[in-house]
Amino acid sequence: MSNKIATAGNTGKKVRSDCFVTLELKDSGGIQIEQKSKVQVLYGKVNIELCKDILKFYGIENAQLALEDKGALPLVIAARVEATVKQLIDTDKEYLLNFIEENNYTSEKEQFRFSRLYLPGNTPSMMLNAGIHDPNGIILDLEDSVAFSKKKEAQLVVRNALRGINFYGAERMVRINQFPKGLEDIKYLVPHNVHMLLVPKCEGAEQIKELEEKIEEIKKQHNIDRPVLLMPIIESALGVEKAFEIATASENVVALAIGLEDYTADLGTRRTNEAVESFYARTRLVNACKAARIQAIDSVFSDVGDMEALRENVKVSKGLGFEGMGCIHPRQIKVIHESFAPEPDEIEKAKKIVNAFIDATEKGLGVVSLGTKMIDPPVVKRAEKAISLAINLGLISENWREEFLNNEE
Amino acid sequence: MGQKYSNLVKNAVGRMVPTEVNGQKQIPFQGIGKYKPDARKYGPKIASCVDFPEDGNKQVASLKEALVKAGLKDGMTISTHHHFRNGDLLANKIFDIAKELGVKDLRWVPSASFPCHEHLIQYLEDGTIHHIEGSMNGPLGRFASHGKMKGLGVLRSHGGRYQAIQDGDVKVDITVIGAACADLFGNANGLYGPSASGLLGFALADSQYADKVIVVTDNMVPFPCIPWQIQGNYVDYTVQIDQVGIPEKIVSGTTQITKSPDRLLLAEMTAQFCLEAGIIRDGFSFQSGAGGTSLAVGDYFAKIMREKNIKARFARGGSNKYLVSMLEEGLIEYILDGQTFDLKGVQSMADNPNHVWTSPFTSYNYHGKGNFAGMVDVAILGATEVDVNFNANVVTHSDGLLLHGIGGWQNCLFSKTVILPIPLFRDRIPVVLDEVTTICGPGELIDVIVTERGIAINPKRKDLIEKVKDSNLPIKTIQELKEEAEKICGKPAKPDFDDELVAVIKWVDGTIIDSVRKVKS
Repeated sequence: MSNKIATAGNTGKKVRSDCFVTLELKDSGGIQIEQKSKVQVLYGKVNIELCKDILKFYGIENAQLALEDKGALPLVIAARVEATVKQLIDTDKEYLLNFIEENNYTSEKEQFRFSRLYLPGNTPSMMLNAGIHDPNGIILDLEDSVAFSKKKEAQLVVRNALRGINFYGAERMVRINQFPKGLEDIKYLVPHNVHMLLVPKCEGAEQIKELEEKIEEIKKQHNIDRPVLLMPIIESALGVEKAFEIATASENVVALAIGLEDYTADLGTRRTNEAVESFYARTRLVNACKAARIQAIDSVFSDVGDMEALRENVKVSKGLGFEGMGCIHPRQIKVIHESFAPEPDEIEKAKKIVNAFIDATEKGLGVVSLGTKMIDPPVVKRAEKAISLAINLGLISENWREEFLNNEE
Repeated sequence: MGQKYSNLVKNAVGRMVPTEVNGQKQIPFQGIGKYKPDARKYGPKIASCVDFPEDGNKQVASLKEALVKAGLKDGMTISTHHHFRNGDLLANKIFDIAKELGVKDLRWVPSASFPCHEHLIQYLEDGTIHHIEGSMNGPLGRFASHGKMKGLGVLRSHGGRYQAIQDGDVKVDITVIGAACADLFGNANGLYGPSASGLLGFALADSQYADKVIVVTDNMVPFPCIPWQIQGNYVDYTVQIDQVGIPEKIVSGTTQITKSPDRLLLAEMTAQFCLEAGIIRDGFSFQSGAGGTSLAVGDYFAKIMREKNIKARFARGGSNKYLVSMLEEGLIEYILDGQTFDLKGVQSMADNPNHVWTSPFTSYNYHGKGNFAGMVDVAILGATEVDVNFNANVVTHSDGLLLHGIGGWQNCLFSKTVILPIPLFRDRIPVVLDEVTTICGPGELIDVIVTERGIAINPKRKDLIEKVKDSNLPIKTIQELKEEAEKICGKPAKPDFDDELVAVIKWVDGTIIDSVRKVKS
């Protein structure tokens, strides 16, 4: 065996909850571990045990390992050590820590996706508290936020995060890399209860079909029968043209998202606050989604300091028919939720309609009417949606109708 | 100064504490409100006008001359104050002079120390300074934690420092008061001049009780210096020097609300709790600090008060631009200020009669006929650790290092509701534990722990539990919080302590509530 050195992880003054591992395989001398840890007193011993266990798992008997630890959780240290091992020896074995039971929940095709919080896949410090900000979904990102040289180690961090970090009920999403590279990501995701894959720069139904074949293969290997939902991201002129085809490529495609940075670059124009340049793409995407009966999800709003501009942006987005938006900062979540929420007069109107519908059903009437006006079924459906949204957001109580009827009398 | 310490006994919170420290007898903590000394206050010597210049001009040529005239000699107790915070130039100068004069074994009693005082480590090493009684921040704390100080460190709260000087637990031989503005007679304030810091409250006890009082300024004005936050009638010598402090390190022009989403969430949850618990109501009062989270809580308070048209009667605290803007907006009627954190605060105190300077005597002193701390409806404070009995630590870290002072923290525990917004863990270090490393405040005074993963209410506050039981707030038990922290971080090992003590923590009544042990290196 020739002596080689591998490194993984992050280091530097600002790095927190992460570590940097250097591994050198040796011909003799056993396992030597050198640790410099911010939490040496509290966790120094267990860190060493963990490193030894991983090396043993891979059958490494002689090596020198240096751990520079900034308070990384075991799942992070494990991902970093595994990443160094895999640079030095050829192995498919995966060192897996416990899958925590809190992460066993599922996701549904029809659920609110107002907010989805992007988390760089190789930055564990941002993942730990992501769930407490209560986004509808979290996205562990393997694509743009991960440096090219860090792609492999990010796969392991994301896999370990899916197993070990509690996201408190948020839908568990991962943005994989672009085709065909993204196909290599999914074996680290599908077996670990990923709810949804975001497929960047999607430009046709064949990509979705190819991805699904690969997913099915992994599901079979691991005896998994729950579906893996898909949210293709439309980020190019061609993608926009093929939006409906993509939206209907599989029953697991539950939403399309639009990525405006890349799209405007593809158009050869610049992204503006007024967003006139992307108006066509956005309305086209919304239309394709509605035609396919799936959700249309808007791009991210990148000025994290300006909450009022965000609020305005969401209002416009909602007005166009979008049902959600990406977040790049946790503080955007609340604003997005509030702005997608139905307005008070919308809720009042919805209450009247839904009440009239329940009345009509109870009386066995085929036609719903409010005063002298007939109400069409889609209007009833929209009203029902607004009501369930309002209940979900805590704007009205589940027993709203009791109150409503009392007020009517 | 006698033995470092001796005769350890178990006190009322179960901690082993010495009954003698640096040659002085000590009383172990007996429980809250239990210890009442039957004695008279310390009496400084009676002075006579005859011994002072008739024209009131007490100026001497240099700080050195003042110290020599004040009789600086081996074994004396020298006190200073932290109005200039990390921009203080005086304390280092005083001990440079002591070293030059060959004086040894001094006891330094600062109201707080800062990283700028790292310069003094050489004097702790060479015996110029015997030990420190006061907060030890950063480098000095690290030095003490490794058992390198000759005497035992004694940490007191701001109120406890006033109490100790008033009661004669600490007899100050010479105090040096740095002032932004003073006259030749010794009247002084912190309001005007290049080293403006707002107020001089921390020096009040020293001016009243020290044997010799020296006022040093870089902004000498003709008599009268108005307002006289320090009265010249207590002062022996005045000195003018080029610079007493580094302005940009004294007050920050840029005190900012935290941008950390996690801390903002903590602040928002804290404000929401106060609203749901009925604490935020017309005429209420609150304690406000200068930490990022604390500033954010104030900001959320302001939002709620604006929305619900609520006004606070007063805010106590470290003032800053956010608090000042609340005062100016009419959301608060008075600021009772103990320490000014930015230039806006200094300006407001100078201009606005409703922005009032206070002292540890009025706000915090436990051995007085009451104090303001108890009248405050809610105090929002920090902690390095909290345990399942709601005991809290503010001085040591979980690895055992003594790195912070107590400040006014212990004193503020007497407000009607005490809330600690703290993260459940910091970089894998759990903050909610089975047992805190050092008890600085007993759990019976701590009411609510707000973490990003849940809010724990002290079971003895049945009223609060009742008030928020139907809210959407994530109420959990403190035990549940502790388990959640351990689940995420793993169970932490205990730090490895030496048997040797390096410092003691005083309670507000002068008794010893806990000891700090040397860390094994």
